[in-house]
Amino acid sequence: MKKYIVILLLLISFSLKAQDKIGITDADYQNSDVQMADGMRSEGKIYVLVAIIGIVLGGILVYVIQTDKKISGLEEKFKN
Amino acid sequence: MKAYWWKILAIALLAYTVIAGLLIDVPRLPILNETIRALFFHVTMWFGMILMLVVAVYYGIRHLRTGELQHDDMAVEFTNSAILFGVIGISTGMVWAKFTWGDYWTNDPKLNASAIGLLMYFAYLVLRNSLTDVYQRAKISAVYSIFAFAAFIPLIFILPRLTDSLHPGNGGNPGFNAYDMDSNLRKVFYPAILGWTLLGAWISTVRVRTRRLERKMEDKLINL
Repeated sequence: MKKYIVILLLLISFSLKAQDKIGITDADYQNSDVQMADGMRSEGKIYVLVAIIGIVLGGILVYVIQTDKKISGLEEKFKN
Repeated sequence: MKAYWWKILAIALLAYTVIAGLLIDVPRLPILNETIRALFFHVTMWFGMILMLVVAVYYGIRHLRTGELQHDDMAVEFTNSAILFGVIGISTGMVWAKFTWGDYWTNDPKLNASAIGLLMYFAYLVLRNSLTDVYQRAKISAVYSIFAFAAFIPLIFILPRLTDSLHPGNGGNPGFNAYDMDSNLRKVFYPAILGWTLLGAWISTVRVRTRRLERKMEDKLINL
């Protein structure tokens, strides 16, 4: 009997957390009191930002790919 | 290096991170506003750093067991990339802190602990470069990196939680750190962690191959 009570209490305690967090609800997605970059989005300027950051990332990746190829070439050369 | 599928995966995940990270709907929360998107770029740096340090410790242990220098190559280059990610993480964190907490450095336990952690890893580089014998260098730095990692994890994950902290996920400061992570944010957050970590691993492996090739060439010159 005692064992079952302990198990029951354990199961109940699983739902407890050390810190109670505030969940994010749908209301947070519609909360227009909080200022966001809505103007920028409606004008489509956010895509300018996406393009610029995309190009920066793309450039870095191309650089890494080139370095990778270069070292592969050197490895091949060394083998022969 | 025949397997390259994970490099393509890294490129795809990073492209997704940047595009979706800027475009998806995020919860509209006071103070954070649009800066909540920094989650995909700042927080992921630290996750990537930890994952790469795990790899470095793993290869450090393998080096200690076998005494082979090729494991030391992996250990040092993964630590290098991890340090790069850590420096980027702390710089981006400072920018984010300025606009949400009002100051670049708040002397918050989490911030100070991560700064100490980074200094430990800078010391790792100094220690390595102060030793001239390659085997001695590899062995001592492997031991150091195991201890550094064992100190780093409590420093940034456990100690800040024992006290009050502004940083999310630590201490008790309701109203700011109390938000639970949202499923919409997770959709970009987890792929972003994997993408950035794979990029770090990619850079590390390229540098490891350079190191190994250099050693081979040196050996050849000596044996001529």
